[in-house]
Amino acid sequence: MKKRNPLLTTLFWIMISLLTLFPIYWLFVISVKPAVQLFSTPDLIVNNPYWGNYTEVLGNRLLRSYMVNSLVISTGNAVLCTVLGFFTCYALSRFAIRGKESIFFWTITNRMAPPAVFLLPLFLLMTQVYRIGDFTLLDTRIGMILVYCTFNLPFAIWTLRPTIDAIPRELDEAAYVDGASPWKVITEIVFPLCRPGLAVTLILTWVFAWNEYLLAATLTNFEARTLTTGLSEYVTTTGTEWGIMATISVFTLIPALIVFGLVQKHIVAGLTFGAVKG
Amino acid sequence: MQSNKLGWILLAPTLVILFFFGVLPFLYVVFVSFHQWNPFAASPEMIFNGAENFRRIVFDEAFLNSLSVTVAFVVFAVLSELIIGYLLAQAFMKEFPGKSIFRTIHTLPLIMAPIIVGSVWKLMTTPSIGIIPHYLDEWFGITMNIGTSAPAAFMTIVIMDIWHWTPLVTLTLIAALVSLPRDPFEQAQIDGANKAQTFWHITLPMITPALVATVFIRLMDALRTVDEVWMLTGGGPGSSTRFLGVHIFKEVFPKTNYGYGSTISVIVLYLTIVACWLLYVSMLAPRKNRKG
Repeated sequence: MKKRNPLLTTLFWIMISLLTLFPIYWLFVISVKPAVQLFSTPDLIVNNPYWGNYTEVLGNRLLRSYMVNSLVISTGNAVLCTVLGFFTCYALSRFAIRGKESIFFWTITNRMAPPAVFLLPLFLLMTQVYRIGDFTLLDTRIGMILVYCTFNLPFAIWTLRPTIDAIPRELDEAAYVDGASPWKVITEIVFPLCRPGLAVTLILTWVFAWNEYLLAATLTNFEARTLTTGLSEYVTTTGTEWGIMATISVFTLIPALIVFGLVQKHIVAGLTFGAVKG
Repeated sequence: MQSNKLGWILLAPTLVILFFFGVLPFLYVVFVSFHQWNPFAASPEMIFNGAENFRRIVFDEAFLNSLSVTVAFVVFAVLSELIIGYLLAQAFMKEFPGKSIFRTIHTLPLIMAPIIVGSVWKLMTTPSIGIIPHYLDEWFGITMNIGTSAPAAFMTIVIMDIWHWTPLVTLTLIAALVSLPRDPFEQAQIDGANKAQTFWHITLPMITPALVATVFIRLMDALRTVDEVWMLTGGGPGSSTRFLGVHIFKEVFPKTNYGYGSTISVIVLYLTIVACWLLYVSMLAPRKNRKG
């Protein structure tokens, strides 16, 4: 293979990165502008950053509790979906279950539903059917964690299936011959080999849950409201407070960035993964 | 092979959750789709009207228009994402200085909420305050107005979608490329295969499962998109960006036409499943033949 000019490679990546970063940078620019300046001529560079939006958002107790809700819901949902997705894929990959390919395909059809009309049945089920005494799932974190499974669990299953299928069955079988229990095979042999796939699944389901808007806006009132629904509270009849919205968006991005940064390492660690098989 | 009982135990939680939060709401929507129902109107009773909604949909120009706009959008956006995503994933397989930083940057759009992405692009493209129309006008004398020009609005949404979702394709393909065995590639190099041959005969067949999964996720998410488009154009100008997800949303919320909205959803869901199923089968078939 011919060697490429490293300078050109770097230039290429800088170009791509600038294109990628621009909308995020612009979000930041909007967040440090007072409302009156928003409608003047757009400037690429901020001369006098205005931090009023930030103090307002940070001082808002409600938004802080929204952030905690978002964290709990998306983490709970991502872990649940990744673990259940892993179990499901293992079952589909290794067992002679009747109609398993149909089950596999059926799972993903749950993600295809256009969300708008499903809001009402979910609302009705969560208030009137899934209840124990006075406790209903509406406006609870656990309720949102379960509802988000409808789009994240199929995603986890479909993302993990190729990874698990690619792990040679001989590894499991050899372990069974050595007298290992199924639980041991799953947790100590298959699970570690899937780590890169699991990491990617975990982060993506987390991000999807963190960013979900429509379901959260309808199925929560106060207790379990998430950060994205906080955004819409600044779209009022007197106009949209773009500065505040941009600031909340920046705050929405930060945890996602941190989580993402943590998993980057796993994806890098995954780069040696191919060597295990050979 | 272990007993199937264990397999069912592993499957059970998934089946239970999807039944209660996926299947039951779906059955409800199917039930409503045979009714005329406007729950927020003066007469909120649900009136059974048989297949009337389904008959209506076939001649509904707004629906058919929405369908064709959606298909155009999906073809443009998803194809571009696959090509760009694959090229970037391959580029990331090589070593170069600053690789992990560039990869992190490239993946950033993915972590943004659709509703935020919609807002940012609206701020960037709205005439008179947006930076993109401003500089297009100042540097090239091009007038871009997503509020009045249908092609401008459509292309903005396609570009926004590519910006937002290509990283997902790249990530999935990196994970797939990384887990490929090395031997076939070494063998191909020894046999003197060129790049195109290696791609068509070795890489492509081996990453097909990952590709299917990626196309799927992108295809069906594009078919049900609401947040981003709603924020950016609200379906306009006219109905030029009124994609199916937005169309249903408009039918159900501003118009509160719940019965007919359910019918459209059932049809859209059905079409999505059929499209995805055909795709799934057609992409799996050549792989099976090669193995068999």
